[in-house]
Amino acid sequence: MAETKSEVFGNFSILGKAIPRVDARAKVTGEAKYAADYEFADMLWGQIKRSPYPHARILNIDTSKAERLPGVKAVTTGKDFGGFKWGWSGPTRDEEPLAVEKVRYLYEGVAAVAAVDEDTANEACDLIEVEYEPLPGVFDVLEAMKPGAPLVHENRPGNICVEYHWNFGDVDKAFAESYLVREDTFQTPRMAKGYLEPPAVVSYWPDSNHVVYIGAKGSPYFPYRLLSRCFNLPLSNVRIITPIIGSDFGGTKNDMTPADYSAVMLAKKTGRPVKIVTSQYDVLTTDLRRHPMWLTVKTGVTKDGILKATYLKAVADGGAYTRMSPLTMMLTGCLTTLPYKLPNYKYDCYNYFTNNPSSAAMRGHGLYHSRFAADVQLDMIAEELGLDPVEIRMKNAIENPEPGKVYTAVNDVHVATCGVQECIEKVAEAVNWKARKGKKKVEGSKAYGMGFAAATYNSGTKLSAHNACAAIIRVCEDGSVNYLTGATDVGQGSDTIMCAIAAEVLGIGLEDIDLKRVDTAFTPVDPGSYGSRVTVLAGQAARNAALDVKQQLLEVAAQQFGVKPEDVEIKNKQVFVKSNPTRNMSWERLVRTACYDTPGKVIIGRGYSTQGISLLGLADFSKGVGDIGTNYSFTAEANEVEVDTETGVVKCTDNSVIAHDCGFPLNTQAVESQVQGGAYHQGIAAAIYEEFKMDSGQTLNANLIDYKRPRAYEAPMTQVIHVLTNDPYGPFGAKEASEGSCCSAPPAIVNAIYNATGVWIKDLPTQPEKVFWALKAKKEEKKGRKKK
Amino acid sequence: MKKELKLKVNGQPYELYIKPKTLLVQVLRDHVGLTGTKRGCNDSSCGACTIMLNGMAVKSCSILALQANGCEVVTVEGLAKGNKLSPLQRAFLDHGSYQCGFCTPGMLMSSTALLAENPKPTKEEIKEGIDGNICRCTGYNSIIRAVTAVVKGEYKEAK
Repeated sequence: MAETKSEVFGNFSILGKAIPRVDARAKVTGEAKYAADYEFADMLWGQIKRSPYPHARILNIDTSKAERLPGVKAVTTGKDFGGFKWGWSGPTRDEEPLAVEKVRYLYEGVAAVAAVDEDTANEACDLIEVEYEPLPGVFDVLEAMKPGAPLVHENRPGNICVEYHWNFGDVDKAFAESYLVREDTFQTPRMAKGYLEPPAVVSYWPDSNHVVYIGAKGSPYFPYRLLSRCFNLPLSNVRIITPIIGSDFGGTKNDMTPADYSAVMLAKKTGRPVKIVTSQYDVLTTDLRRHPMWLTVKTGVTKDGILKATYLKAVADGGAYTRMSPLTMMLTGCLTTLPYKLPNYKYDCYNYFTNNPSSAAMRGHGLYHSRFAADVQLDMIAEELGLDPVEIRMKNAIENPEPGKVYTAVNDVHVATCGVQECIEKVAEAVNWKARKGKKKVEGSKAYGMGFAAATYNSGTKLSAHNACAAIIRVCEDGSVNYLTGATDVGQGSDTIMCAIAAEVLGIGLEDIDLKRVDTAFTPVDPGSYGSRVTVLAGQAARNAALDVKQQLLEVAAQQFGVKPEDVEIKNKQVFVKSNPTRNMSWERLVRTACYDTPGKVIIGRGYSTQGISLLGLADFSKGVGDIGTNYSFTAEANEVEVDTETGVVKCTDNSVIAHDCGFPLNTQAVESQVQGGAYHQGIAAAIYEEFKMDSGQTLNANLIDYKRPRAYEAPMTQVIHVLTNDPYGPFGAKEASEGSCCSAPPAIVNAIYNATGVWIKDLPTQPEKVFWALKAKKEEKKGRKKK
Repeated sequence: MKKELKLKVNGQPYELYIKPKTLLVQVLRDHVGLTGTKRGCNDSSCGACTIMLNGMAVKSCSILALQANGCEVVTVEGLAKGNKLSPLQRAFLDHGSYQCGFCTPGMLMSSTALLAENPKPTKEEIKEGIDGNICRCTGYNSIIRAVTAVVKGEYKEAK
């Protein structure tokens, strides 16, 4: 398969091509500092004492022996936090930093220790004596929903964490009028987010009224607010410093852990810096994971395969605490009406508490589940109707609206640009879809097949409360520039994009800009890195802040040239009169003039995003209407699989193409890397390999071997095709380029396995044992039919 | 009871006194202070802590530091010569062969050891050479392309 070629889009100095990353050198030399790499004089090591029961009442905690161990400097328990509870929103604050009365999942934190070294901290944890009264637990949703089941939270009857019931149009009438109605149930597994960097934190109190927290957080303004409330400090006294982050993929690094709160508490108690590094075992047994979900989809179509109605029922295991489940269930349901025209839609969902570790956001959040179910079912429908998978998708795909017009879905989702048809066409062409028909598909025990799928994702996600991103640009007197961002680069490359946008607007070089990562003492507030929101919303902030700086400098230049500010332009670090470019000066000279001419100016630009909040209002979670995104990305994907019919092993071949409509690729190399990574790790790997195996709340495969993590030799060399739609609501036309790619891969893989073998695998992942038994069952069914 | 450990890291000799159970990765990060080597899994399954021990790629969480007594260790900090990056470092940089960068030091050490042993690996051999290293961001494509570019001679050793 042809590899992705380096392309150039648009007429920009910096944007629209491969932009070298601003963190490149630090990351290949080992200079890049992650949270665990920070060390301070007098620093202590912390450790968390964890519960050996998944559900138990805490009767007593005796820390005296641990406190007497030489080297131990402080011990803390949940009681020290004075009843503080936290959670997704006011009504769902159901979690404590360390459990006080009851533990609700295995290895939940109950105490923490700070000691002179790691070994002593571990030893001290073993000396803490906790008396428990074990309680019966619920470990899957079928148990959790039973009348009389043990309650995870006594005040939450029926173990119901979230439920929504939405209804648009008239699905019953539409089903009655449909030529074909299909109902299928699909299942998605409990998955690890997969960050290699275990969360780490170092905290200290410079004085009794100020706290400093350095931690691996993709959304550092979460701990900013939570620590303020927890330790009763004004926000002005909470300083969160963001190191380089070893990826996130949603969940734990957006949220807090017992280690985060404990490190701050232990630092307060000891007056010394405290560092806690979570082990990978603790990550894999206690960190937030993707919701396992059961999805029943009922779809009605006309004889020609035109979608009439869909009824989706989703049931999810939310785990021990609410965390982000309200958003997960919203995202699972709200965009079923994209990327195909769907006139009638009904959604019922139920998310249950269980005594498993909490479930939460993961790359492809929500849509990954429903798009998998719906796009596999679309292939089933196509087969029943004798339609080609590409043909049925093209027939139903939303057309790209004319410029200035908007497509409105039945649940009031508004789409200004939609490249899904172009994505489908380009992928079909790239894999030579039409010519594949009738091609020999079996070589020995290996069967080959190709599958197709399309997807969408919300970009620039808007939630209730604070949505705006902001930037401050400070121009130094020598012409160099500081970019102060509230946004966090967790690896996706947003630091580079922010600098590139600012440099493009200012007419200077990428190398002239030095980005300051989040330090809440100096940088402006930002919601965080989630919901594919950073490029779209923080990108707007970058542009607006740069325009502010530019205006200030153009006024100085206009004075110098004796013209109006609008008559002056800056390009390639040259400042010139538009009508007569021979009248010019260098960028450095302009800046020096601005700063030094009596009385001298201080050039600071400010900008924040506005479209995220003002465009079309916010989505209503209880009704399922409105825009969760600022705009929407689209993908189409084709993957070829090789199925070993003797062993059931499924592998992806290099015949793999994905087209992504990200509006406009600001940095082509970053978009390709994001799309390949997303399609592979959270898409293909999610379809073929990954699942936590559980037994009574215990994660059985809590290491990176038994929890199969795909490696280089299994990776397809996926070709990425850029589809440009120039969305009016993104900076320079951009939409997201991260999560959409996770959503088209799983259905494409399952459709490919069917194409290769004739078996539908409806529950992910398609691990060998499952495929083996499905193939065997099919063989026996065939034999049985012959006998008859 | 602490024991003496003598080893060379990136050409510098070190004499340390450590607890015998200390892993090599802990010595490099917490005693020598070279934090470029990452600690991802502690059970030698992720490869983030890969270093070169007497020229061989070794996961530094898989051996006790005392087993490296008298050995020469190269970490990611030792790849560049002064300010000059190694061919693989430059190729990784040009091909955008990382995103979050946490696996990068280990990836660089594994591929450096691979090319030292086999300067002309096939694509399959490159994939095998880095199969002990997990990357969760890139999908491996850009890493394989970077190593391939070095194999093709597109990046010369800096003089």
